[in-house]
Amino acid sequence: MENGINQNLVNDVYAVNDMNKSKSAKFISEIKKNKILLIMLLPAFLYFFIFSYIPMAGTVLAFKNYNFRDGIFGSPFVGFDNFKYFFTSGQAFEVTRNTILYNSGFIIVNTILQMGMAILISEVSRKYFKKITQTAMFLPYFISWVVVGVIAYNLLNVENGTINSLLVKLGFEKINFYATTYAWPIILIFASAWKNVGYGTVLYLAAIMGIDSEIYEAAKIDGANIFQRIFKVTIPCLVPTMIILTLLAIGNIFRGDFQMFYQLVGNNGPLFKVTDVIDTFTFRSLIQSGEVGMSAATGLYQSVFCFITILITNYLVKRYDSDNSLF
Amino acid sequence: MKKSSDVKIFNGISYTLITIISLLCLIPFLLVVMGSITDEKDIIANGFSLFPKHFSVEAYKIALKEPMAILKAYGVTISLTIIGTALGLFTVAMTSYVLQRKDFKWRNKFSFFFYFTTLFSGGLVPWYILMVRYLDLKDSYLSLLLPPMLSAFNIILMKSYLGGIPKALTEAAKIDGAGDFEIFWKIILPLSKPALATVGLFIAIGYWNDWYNCMLFINNDNLYSLQYYLYKIVNNVEAYKTIIAQTGGAVGAAIDMPSESLKMALTVIVTGPILLLYPFIQKYFVSGITIGAVKE
Repeated sequence: MENGINQNLVNDVYAVNDMNKSKSAKFISEIKKNKILLIMLLPAFLYFFIFSYIPMAGTVLAFKNYNFRDGIFGSPFVGFDNFKYFFTSGQAFEVTRNTILYNSGFIIVNTILQMGMAILISEVSRKYFKKITQTAMFLPYFISWVVVGVIAYNLLNVENGTINSLLVKLGFEKINFYATTYAWPIILIFASAWKNVGYGTVLYLAAIMGIDSEIYEAAKIDGANIFQRIFKVTIPCLVPTMIILTLLAIGNIFRGDFQMFYQLVGNNGPLFKVTDVIDTFTFRSLIQSGEVGMSAATGLYQSVFCFITILITNYLVKRYDSDNSLF
Repeated sequence: MKKSSDVKIFNGISYTLITIISLLCLIPFLLVVMGSITDEKDIIANGFSLFPKHFSVEAYKIALKEPMAILKAYGVTISLTIIGTALGLFTVAMTSYVLQRKDFKWRNKFSFFFYFTTLFSGGLVPWYILMVRYLDLKDSYLSLLLPPMLSAFNIILMKSYLGGIPKALTEAAKIDGAGDFEIFWKIILPLSKPALATVGLFIAIGYWNDWYNCMLFINNDNLYSLQYYLYKIVNNVEAYKTIIAQTGGAVGAAIDMPSESLKMALTVIVTGPILLLYPFIQKYFVSGITIGAVKE
């Protein structure tokens, strides 16, 4: 009896040993089997390892006093000193507030404009009108922010900007936009809307195309007019898409669009109070003031908050509609 | 069929609104073009306008007096766009192919490895120091070529497209003894032309519009990309005029040259050629955005 139990135990031990052996053997044979596939993955793997994962490890810089000679990992630790200045100077609050408020403004205005345009265009029956207007709306999406900067200069500069010359013609005073802080939330929201209207409209148009045409037929039979059709069918059917897109955008609410802010505002110090976002602040601290430690700290602060908001919004997306969650 | 009154009202509002928004999108471009052919004195006296009174091509004459710098910048940007898009597209397609193979055991682990980079990033500073101090890429062509090449977004987009290709198409080749790379190269790539066109265009636009990497890493003006070159000149047009005046021979003194129309003319020279292409490639963008929208 006892022998039998022992024998079982021994058998079990052998079995476990066997499994271990076969596990590593299996792993090696699995690698051999997938050799070609792994080699095919290698270039992208190395690329992301070097350019994304090494910088992630490099965020320790936020806790260090960087000097070029000792590099990222050799420089001495200074604890939370780099964060201290950023938070105690009030800069942290200001740039975080600006980033969140601007992104919120962009989300609200862009969503309404893009959805509205998509609904209107979807009801248009003239093919050429549809094509030409869509191409026109898409054009701003393709150009660089440098060109948008030139366009803004053409419109806004105080000596000979188009808007100012119009104002003079109409008998108003000129506005020096590049020195008028309150104008910038409007200008930046307008610029974002202008650049993204074509892209978003296409996105919502695709969603409208996906609406079951039977619903429209039914609405027609019930005698719904075009306004009722839009408000009772199209818009409710677009709401899921809108919620998903909005949540995804909220996930990025801590990320400022550096290129946009840099090209439109530039190094115009007096405007920074209302135009500085986390990304432009980090950039200036690094490139212009050379405060490596502090800019690394602001970067890490941003990355961490970004990560948290993405996790939260993804959780919400998942709860709302599990098909559309990111992971 | 007669249109009922609600449709008439709706169409009135709808056509008007769409026209207004489209015009708002177009007019800024027209303003730049008109500005570039307006007489400088007109701009000084009356400002930029959509309907200038006096025309002049002086700005173009000056901008093209010393065409070498512009051509060089065009050369840098065109070569970057071609090389970068080819390498990037090939790598994105190859990576996505492996990641969507259902029989590849570690596909979820690797997918997460790429995907995680969109959730968390080290930020500007460690990346910049890596590029400059450790990889020594300051003033290097590679600092312009590498950063826009691969993005997790493009891999996700491509993966969802490749996942839709029926397995039956590759099974036959597998039975015939074709290797994984062979299947990818001979069967998958030809079948994915629409997705390749879209992702390729996304990458190409990224290269074409890039000025950021140039600003971060390049001091050598032989390596200026087109957009950065434009940025530099528009923000420092006086210095540019001085150079033209010194080297351009009989053009005259810098002070007599136009500034404002010159900025606009350079913008047209830099943007015009590619802008004419956009209406033709737009459909690939549209199909790409739509693939992205119905991801997975």
